Amino acid sequence: MSAPLLRVENLRTYFHTAEGVVRAVDGVSFTLGPGETLGIVGESGCGKTVACLSILRLIDPPGRIEPDSRISLRDHDLTAASEEEMRSVRGNEISMIFQEPMTSLNPVWTIGDQIAEALRTHRSARPAEARRRAAEMLRLVGIPNPEQRLDEYPHQFSGGMRQRAMIAMALACDPSVLIADEPTTALDVTIQAEILDLLAGLQEQLGMGLIFVSHDLGVVAQIADRVIVMYAGQVVESGTADELFSRPRHPYSEGLLRATPRVGRRMRRLSVIPGSVASPKRWPPGCRFHPRCPYAWSRCREEAPPLLGEARASRCWLEEEPARRTGDWDEPALAEDR
Amino acid sequence: MNEASGRAEDRADGGRALTAAAFIPGLAHLLRGRRTAGLSLLGLALAMLAVLAFSFDRVASTFTAGRVDYWVAMLTLAGTLAAAWGVSLRGEWGRPRQRAKGTSQWAVAWREFNKNRVAVLGLFLMFGLYLATLLAPYLTSYEPNAIGDIAATRHLPPSLDHLMGTDKFGRDVFTRVLYGARISLSIGFVGVSISVTLGTVVGAVSGYFGGVVDTLLMRFVDMLISFPRLVLLITVIALFEPSIFTVIVVLGLTLWPATARIVRGEVLSLREREFVEAARALGLGSPRIIFRHIVPNVLGPVIVAATLGLGNIILIEAGLSFLGLSVQPPTPSWGNIIDGGREYLVQAWWVSTFPGLAIVVTVVAFNLIGDGLRDALDPRLRI
Repeated sequence: MSAPLLRVENLRTYFHTAEGVVRAVDGVSFTLGPGETLGIVGESGCGKTVACLSILRLIDPPGRIEPDSRISLRDHDLTAASEEEMRSVRGNEISMIFQEPMTSLNPVWTIGDQIAEALRTHRSARPAEARRRAAEMLRLVGIPNPEQRLDEYPHQFSGGMRQRAMIAMALACDPSVLIADEPTTALDVTIQAEILDLLAGLQEQLGMGLIFVSHDLGVVAQIADRVIVMYAGQVVESGTADELFSRPRHPYSEGLLRATPRVGRRMRRLSVIPGSVASPKRWPPGCRFHPRCPYAWSRCREEAPPLLGEARASRCWLEEEPARRTGDWDEPALAEDR
Repeated sequence: MNEASGRAEDRADGGRALTAAAFIPGLAHLLRGRRTAGLSLLGLALAMLAVLAFSFDRVASTFTAGRVDYWVAMLTLAGTLAAAWGVSLRGEWGRPRQRAKGTSQWAVAWREFNKNRVAVLGLFLMFGLYLATLLAPYLTSYEPNAIGDIAATRHLPPSLDHLMGTDKFGRDVFTRVLYGARISLSIGFVGVSISVTLGTVVGAVSGYFGGVVDTLLMRFVDMLISFPRLVLLITVIALFEPSIFTVIVVLGLTLWPATARIVRGEVLSLREREFVEAARALGLGSPRIIFRHIVPNVLGPVIVAATLGLGNIILIEAGLSFLGLSVQPPTPSWGNIIDGGREYLVQAWWVSTFPGLAIVVTVVAFNLIGDGLRDALDPRLRI
């Protein structure tokens, strides 16, 4: 495999609030190669978004990236970079697009102004040049009549169009990494598919690394090469998309897949993962998933499992004692704890 | 009815007749059914021509008088006429308006504002007031401070010669009210500019950075607000020489906390909007995010506050000059004209009444505009 473009090692982002330390991201590591798509999957509140914002160092106090975390872009250590260096990385080498296209654009400026802004900032482009490039970007993301659309305001764009405009903004400076934080969650299913196609096509065309965050397994399966599953601020499973979705190893991934409706398969009920993500202020002792895990046994309550395995890894004691994978999702172990 | 609904561009051609009609300001607009625009253009042009006709010798004397305000009046007269003509002709000859251009929030707000008849009336009043102030030397044949034969001209009731009568020194009250408007309106304008700029910057910085910066700035604001305003003003003015400059600076520097609070409140909620996060993810620095992305979004409430503040500042100034703490006589200001007529309220009611009315009309006009703007810029209307 080629040298990684982006390497995140032991990323820990804690929020030091008055009520205690919130360990939102707690030791996440992954790498991203050029032209590769990494999917990050997990429920709300598992630390996906905070992890992404941490890469761009957009964490506001009381949040803090803890000292021994390392984020490097090629050989550039981003955790040690000055704020000024970070500004030249953001939107230039690493771009990010957000979940809510309706509010991610500034209502008082035209679309063209906003796309041009990145170019004006990072490339010191002249207005005319920036405008030409902005039109080019709009065409690239498939907006018809780009010259005319440049002068329109966000409220004149539909949701899907706005997300396209956001992508145009993010890609204006040819970033080598694009972080897409649930870019399709707020969109209709048909538009969602269009945006996914667009992202996949652009990635192929421009050869950038793409980090695609979603809680929608179907979407991730469709777009990602490799996937990491996050739970309670940690990576609980990683592997290629095919491996992970055909043979999930971690009980949490298994649960997520079982909770996904599938066309063509009739089930009486969708199974659910009992309980909800624990509070990041007080993660359960031992394995963080054990209160919701149907296979949990005494070891899980006492010892926290490390991420077992290399490229295909799972943070679960089942890796060492596979024989214990017995039990039923419909009769969860949760009852036992109560 | 509404000129917004009957947009001229959409109408079929009226042909040559309309083009010819455009030479008379506003006529083409009227023929196309845009009544308000047509009537105001026509009215404006007629008013300017009337001034020219009735005081032709005064206009002509501009070249010999060698006074700045005559030249200003001349420029205003010529400029207004040219503008009325230009707008009228552009409506017919200008390139057809490009429909492709996006509709900004400002365009939407302007449409909303136009629907509010009372607010538009306020706007006309304000416009008329400023115009009258600039044209003052042409509108009256008296000098504001000229004292003639006091015995003969003292306390003359309103008549055609003296529209608002004369005061105890025999000076024409109409002239003094007209010149006094300069003081009131310019103090209002400059004072509000200072206080709004300062308030916006402080409020935006405070709201955006939060934390210690916010605490420090807002406690300072609390402190300023907790002083009784009039006492504070009187104290500061008493320390310096009362003059128009002092009053402007002091009013400007004491009225900003209200704006700062409004802006801070807005910024606190805007800061959490995703476009600010997106701007940060794009690598923009804080000053750029504050002034390019956040401030334009709070301009709505700021403009409303400024307009209402204008009325307020004019009232305060009138109060201060009534107390003799602002512009010193004989320079007229609305407050000190009222003060001058106070002793003779029974014998010569007109001296105090007319400047009082001027204050009322002005303040009401600004408040109407402010209310209209508040409705037009209502964030709930935002799309």
